[in-house]
Order: sequence, then structure tokens, then C-alpha cells
Amino acid sequence: MHPTLPNAPGIGFKPQHFAELTADPGPVAWIEVHAENYMGDGGRPQAQLAHLADRMPVSVHGVGLSIGGEDPLDRDHLDRLARVVDRAGAASVSEHLAWSSHGGAYFNDLLPLPYTDATLARVAAHIDQVQDRLARPILLENPSSYLSFTESTWSETDFLAELTRRTGCGLLLDVNNVFISATNLGLGATDYIDTFPLDRVGEIHVGGHDRETDETGAPLLIDSHGKPVADPVWTLLDYTLARSGPRPVLVEWDNDVPDWLVLRDEATRAADALDRLPERMETRRWA
Amino acid sequence: MGVSQASFSAALFDPAMAAPSGLVSGPEGRRFNVYRNNVVVSLTEALKTGFPVIARLLGDENIDGLARLYLRTHPPTTPVMQRFGDTFPDFLASLDQLDHLGYLPDVARLELALRRAYHAADAAAVDPAQLAEIPPEKLANVTVTLAPAVQILRSDWPIHAIWAYNTQPDAPTPQPGAQDVLVTRPGFDPVPDLLPAGGAAFFAALQGGAPIGTALEAIGTPDFDLTRALTLALQGGAFTAISLTE
Repeated sequence: MHPTLPNAPGIGFKPQHFAELTADPGPVAWIEVHAENYMGDGGRPQAQLAHLADRMPVSVHGVGLSIGGEDPLDRDHLDRLARVVDRAGAASVSEHLAWSSHGGAYFNDLLPLPYTDATLARVAAHIDQVQDRLARPILLENPSSYLSFTESTWSETDFLAELTRRTGCGLLLDVNNVFISATNLGLGATDYIDTFPLDRVGEIHVGGHDRETDETGAPLLIDSHGKPVADPVWTLLDYTLARSGPRPVLVEWDNDVPDWLVLRDEATRAADALDRLPERMETRRWA
Repeated sequence: MGVSQASFSAALFDPAMAAPSGLVSGPEGRRFNVYRNNVVVSLTEALKTGFPVIARLLGDENIDGLARLYLRTHPPTTPVMQRFGDTFPDFLASLDQLDHLGYLPDVARLELALRRAYHAADAAAVDPAQLAEIPPEKLANVTVTLAPAVQILRSDWPIHAIWAYNTQPDAPTPQPGAQDVLVTRPGFDPVPDLLPAGGAAFFAALQGGAPIGTALEAIGTPDFDLTRALTLALQGGAFTAISLTE
């Protein structure tokens, strides 16, 4: 039996916060690491991960498996992921509904997918392969989108619901991504939450985005993870938690990483959102 | 007709190419440029993080332009970013316009070596006293096992001095001349040490399993400072085993 993530705040771990986090985690009850940063053989990254894994639950978040890729999954990379999951004694393993490699090249970005029957079959097969290799279910994260495909025949929420039905995977609901995609594609963020299979959500992400304006004057939000969480995203988190019940909530801050105290304050805000939920709210887990 | 990942990815690295059709992506497919920008900026940043001294030597504008060319011709082949840039030193060496900066490829090799040492497997170093206990007349018969973090470099350029000058405030101005470097990792932070001349050949021979005596003959430098070379290696925890063969 694996440990599980608590329904409490977590942070995306950054090495520069190691000393302060281990001295006094404050409201931070768990951490998330990007799997690809811990795929070396040894040294400081492995030592820090081992130290933290002894003290708090660790979520292993992959960013490079290219689960939505047309190419077959990279078996070597899947083996590397399995090794990190094992070393971290991971309480949760997650990846993205996206692709990031093609024809042997890796693009270091989460690229978008058309929501068609063909994509569904391919992604489901890849999730099956990952879950078979890891011998556990994973969580799949909704993407942040800047465009859509004319060929799509599924809504994103129906597509994700069908994936969980076919594969048994859970979902990682990134409400910052929901807000970004809804703004960029002219959709309703709360409509998205209303149609999302919340009973399958094992973790929620919040993070910062950049606000730009496109050449038509329309707002264009960029998923930068380089700022505090925007107020409308905190509001959307409240809206989501009121419907899902308490969940593990992660604050992501990957670029222009702030001082520990700034990040800790963001985690405190996530703790407040969880604390505001009614005492007797159902705490059903996704699995 | 759907948008293939082949057409999507081809357009990512080529700004002259139109965005694939079949996308709802704003006027002239401009929203596609967000992905283009994400890919190029994130990989350029990864390259600059991996080669900070090269980035400093070239300056922001030059390294950004060079990174774009490198990404188009040598996109990463693995999602493990710590390995990104393995081909960067050879790429630098291949560019005619950098001929006047002949030291760049070897400085890049030193930065790559430091990164490899940082992520290398842990290994317990031998107690330096273990070597001190061996009678001097038997030293030639000693073989060693090098730690996984150890990296050995030989250059016709003063790569250690150039690296130091660009990373340490008080380092002297580099002077022309070949330099050999031994990278060790005594704790978690790699240390590049300047070796006495012939040092790279000496440690390469040890790494190949040669006893110290054979390694000394191989380098053919009669006044090689063996004590200095062994002291640096022991201080850096470069040896994980020492054995005396008869």
C-alpha cells in the first residue's frame, strides 16, 4: 500500500528552499518534485529527495513522458520514472494530457492534442502501459491551452472522464490551467469545473500566470508559473473545493522562484481555502 | 484531415514556416507562436543554465542566437534536461564564425564535465592514510578505482584559468598555455583542479586500470609532479579503492 497525499497544502519543491523547508515547513504538508530533475545517479538531488521522502509525502510529477505522443512511449524513460517513484516512495504519480516528444526530439513544453476518438485510444493505451509498468494508477493533468483543433469531437472534460473510465486513472485538476484555457479559448471556467469528473480528482494545482494581450486586443494568459497565484484562480479554487470536497492542493512556482517566506504564504492561502470548507464535508477519495 | 505531430513539431523550430492548418489559433495562427516561444525560450534557458561560462563569454545576444541555431540542428533527444547539451562542445567547434574563440569548445567540455560530476553516483572515498601506508618503493604497483564523479580533461587552452576568471571574483587573467583538469566531487559540489602537465594522461591511464608506475611511463613526462597529482585526487575523494599488486 502506498502512502497517500493528505488533503492539505503542498508545494513544488525547489532545491534553494531545502534548508528552510526542512527546518520549519509551516503549513506545507507534502511536496511535489518534477521526476525529470531526479533522474541522475546521485549527488545532491538524490540526497535531498531521500531526506525529504523520510519526512513528508512526495508526489512525483512527470513532465517528459509524452503520454499524448503519436510515437510509442520511451521505455527507457518509463524505467527512469519508475526508479524515481521507487526512490521517493511516492504518495502519488502524475503526468500530463499532452505530448512533448516527436521523432526522437524533445521539446521541453507540454504541447496540445486534438480530442478525437483516435487520440483517446492512443492516450488510453499509453496510460495503461504506464500504470502496468508502475503497478499503480496515475493522475493525469488537464493542460493549459492557447489554441484548439478543428478536428476535435470531444470536450476536454468529457475526454478526461472517458480516459478515467477506460484506464482507471485519476485526475490532477490544475485550476490555473482551467482559468488560462477558458480565458484564451473564450470558454467559461466554472462551466469547465461543473462538467469535470471531480470524484476522480486526486490532487489540485494552483500557480501563477502572465497576462498579455494578443494582436486583436483579447487577453492572452501564459502559463508561466513565475508569479503569485492570481485572485480569480484562488476564487476558482474555492468554487472547485466547494464541489469536490477537500483535496491535496499544490502551489506551483517554477520560474523566478521567490524566497521561501513568499512561497510559504501562498501555501498558507491554500490552507485557508481548505479550512473554509464546512467541517462535515464528505472527504471521499478518488481511489 | 488532422494536424500531425510531425507538421506541428516541424513548425515549432522554424519561424519561417506557417502554423499548421486545422488549428483554431487566432489571426494568422499567432497563438501557435506561444508554443514556439515556450519551446525556444525554455530550451535556451536550459542551455544557458548548463553552460553559464559560455553564456558569459559570448554575451546574451550571441548566446541567444547561437542557442536558436543549436536547437534547430540538435534538438534535445531526451526529456532529462541534465543531459541536454552533450553535443554542444562539438557544435561550437564546428562553427567557422567562432574560430577566433578556439577555447570555447573545451571550456564547454569543462562545464559539461562539472554537470556530469554533480549528478554522478555517490561512492565512498578511500581514507588518504591508506595510500600513505604504502612504502614508496611499492607505489608503482598500486592500482586505483576512480569515483564515478571523476572527470578528466586535457586542453591546448587554459580552460581552468578561463573557467576561474569567469566564476571567481579574484581569479587572475588567463595566460596562454595548455591545461589539464581533474574534476572531483568531495561533497555535493564538483571541484575542478588544475593538474600538473601530463596529469590528464596519467589519470586516464589509472582509469584504464594501469598501475601508477605504468601510468607514469605512459605520460612520458620525467618531472611529473606525482605528489601533487595524488594529493589533489585524495583531497577530492577521487579514489574509491586502492590495491597493491605484486
